[in-house]
Amino acid sequence: MSFQISIGGFIAVYIFMVTAFAGWVIIGRVPAILHTPLMSGSNFVHGIVVVGGIFTLLNASTPLEQAIGFVAVLLGAGNVAGGFAVTQRMLAMFQTSGHQAKHPKHAKRAAPAAVKSISSKKA
Amino acid sequence: MLITISQLIIGSVDLIAAFLLMFGLWRMASPVTAPSGILVAGVGMLAAVAASFLYVFTVDAAAKPHLPLNIGLAAAALLIGAGIAWWSGRKVAITAMPQAVALFNGMGGGAAGAIAAVELFGSQTHGATQLIVTLLGALIGSISLSGSIIAWAKLDALLKKPLHMPGLQIFNGVVLLLCVLVGGYIVFAAAGGAAPLVSTSHLIEIFFAIALVYGILMTLPIGGADMPVVISVYNAFTGLAVGLEGYVLQNPALMIAGMLVGAAGLLLTLLMAKAMNRSVAKILFASFGPGKKRKQGAIKGSLKPVQASDAGIFMRYAKSVIIVPGYGLAVSQGQGKLYDFVKLLQAAGVSVKFAIHPVAGRMPGQMDVLLAEAGVPYDLIVQLSDVNEEFKDADVALVIGANDVVNPEARTDKTSPIYGMPILNADQAKKCYVVKRGDGKGYAGIVNPLFYADNTFMVYGDAAAVCVSMTEAVRGLGAPAAAA
Repeated sequence: MSFQISIGGFIAVYIFMVTAFAGWVIIGRVPAILHTPLMSGSNFVHGIVVVGGIFTLLNASTPLEQAIGFVAVLLGAGNVAGGFAVTQRMLAMFQTSGHQAKHPKHAKRAAPAAVKSISSKKA
Repeated sequence: MLITISQLIIGSVDLIAAFLLMFGLWRMASPVTAPSGILVAGVGMLAAVAASFLYVFTVDAAAKPHLPLNIGLAAAALLIGAGIAWWSGRKVAITAMPQAVALFNGMGGGAAGAIAAVELFGSQTHGATQLIVTLLGALIGSISLSGSIIAWAKLDALLKKPLHMPGLQIFNGVVLLLCVLVGGYIVFAAAGGAAPLVSTSHLIEIFFAIALVYGILMTLPIGGADMPVVISVYNAFTGLAVGLEGYVLQNPALMIAGMLVGAAGLLLTLLMAKAMNRSVAKILFASFGPGKKRKQGAIKGSLKPVQASDAGIFMRYAKSVIIVPGYGLAVSQGQGKLYDFVKLLQAAGVSVKFAIHPVAGRMPGQMDVLLAEAGVPYDLIVQLSDVNEEFKDADVALVIGANDVVNPEARTDKTSPIYGMPILNADQAKKCYVVKRGDGKGYAGIVNPLFYADNTFMVYGDAAAVCVSMTEAVRGLGAPAAAA
């Protein structure tokens, strides 16, 4: 028995079509207030490209392939880890009036570093 | 045997991972379930990455001798990349989130492009279809990489002015066409067509170079306020590139996750464009040019400055206040101080709401995150369509660091560049205070008649400093305010 996955051209188009619909429906439910975490979250989701990077690097047989594969895994890993960290931090901040006391610790520490990162003053 | 078992495990884990990623996004529909949603997606991702190391049992003969080194390289790249990104993702300021997202997004596009590069250089694609899909993924991924880096630089204020040059759009079109032609020639040569003028590997290098340059050229002319759309577009691009490379690698998890993000990015892009009443094509390919000079009708009235303390005390005795935050609030880091002031007002029995315009800030929903960071409960935050009717009953509209999103010209003046954009009706409130650093124009470069209206008063100063003075003034009154 073989579990080799093989996706022919038309099957691929079917997968893409159904997934695009699913994505449209899933994202359409998200309220505007969560659009930034959503964008960051979907940014994290396409970080799965790191899996493809690992596959490619493991199958590399020339120094050039190894070098580019290394870059692929490096960038993909950055996408995954950064996307998750940012999304999780953002979502931890959302709270209702009932949960005033639980304030995340990041809020305090984020403030001083921020000033220099946005210097285009526009009021 | 080992190969079969590995394939079975990888296949099953990837299936579960794809489900968890979708389910995680599904849970993003409410602020209550969203934090667990990202955790669910995270578990799926972790499982998929762990399972991907089982590919060591399936590598082909050519790669076998290099396997120990490759495993080491993969582990090192994973640790270094994830370590640095995790650390910077934890550390980055909330106001700097848009550029962080842009950067991480570019990384994903770059990874997809790099995978395509390995496939192309190693001639590992089979047949014209796979080759075309690989090239398409390479093109989109590369544009996303270099475009996102430019977007990051713009958001981080490293690049200040959008680039305007006559004929730039035509030039960009030629560059893109050139890239497609080179790609087409690669396919033609691979199919046994004419002998290539240059070797295929050189052609591939040229292809990537042009694609990367196009990403830069495409992003340079786009200005600050259109950034939410640009980030959204590149998010969709990266998703699409990942999905296409997923097909090339025959990995359905990549296909599903990539396409999911592609659809999500497209939907968000359209929502943003709708909120600005501009088409996506117009935003991407025709920015507000400086050349389009037009005569703005004479504006009646005058700017009436008031002290922050007076504004604060007036609001203390108002019944209802609607606050319109904008990018200026983010720049001055005034969100916490603003909420301190709001808490005082609430303690004094004033009803306070935050009205958010869909394109306020530099990223869809950036204001929501900013206010959430200050601890503002999300049930006080209302979106444009839900709040606009309430302005006419409000005693005070406090516009803080926002400009174009409250410009009534969008409703009335057909020649205005922002004509037709839905705006927040701050001008309909009984009294309107505008907190601003100076008399400058908004991003669209037009004068805002709201500032000259009879019931509008200007409070000049940095948003954070103004909030502090307002708070102090109200505290100075003593009595109920002390309860806060």
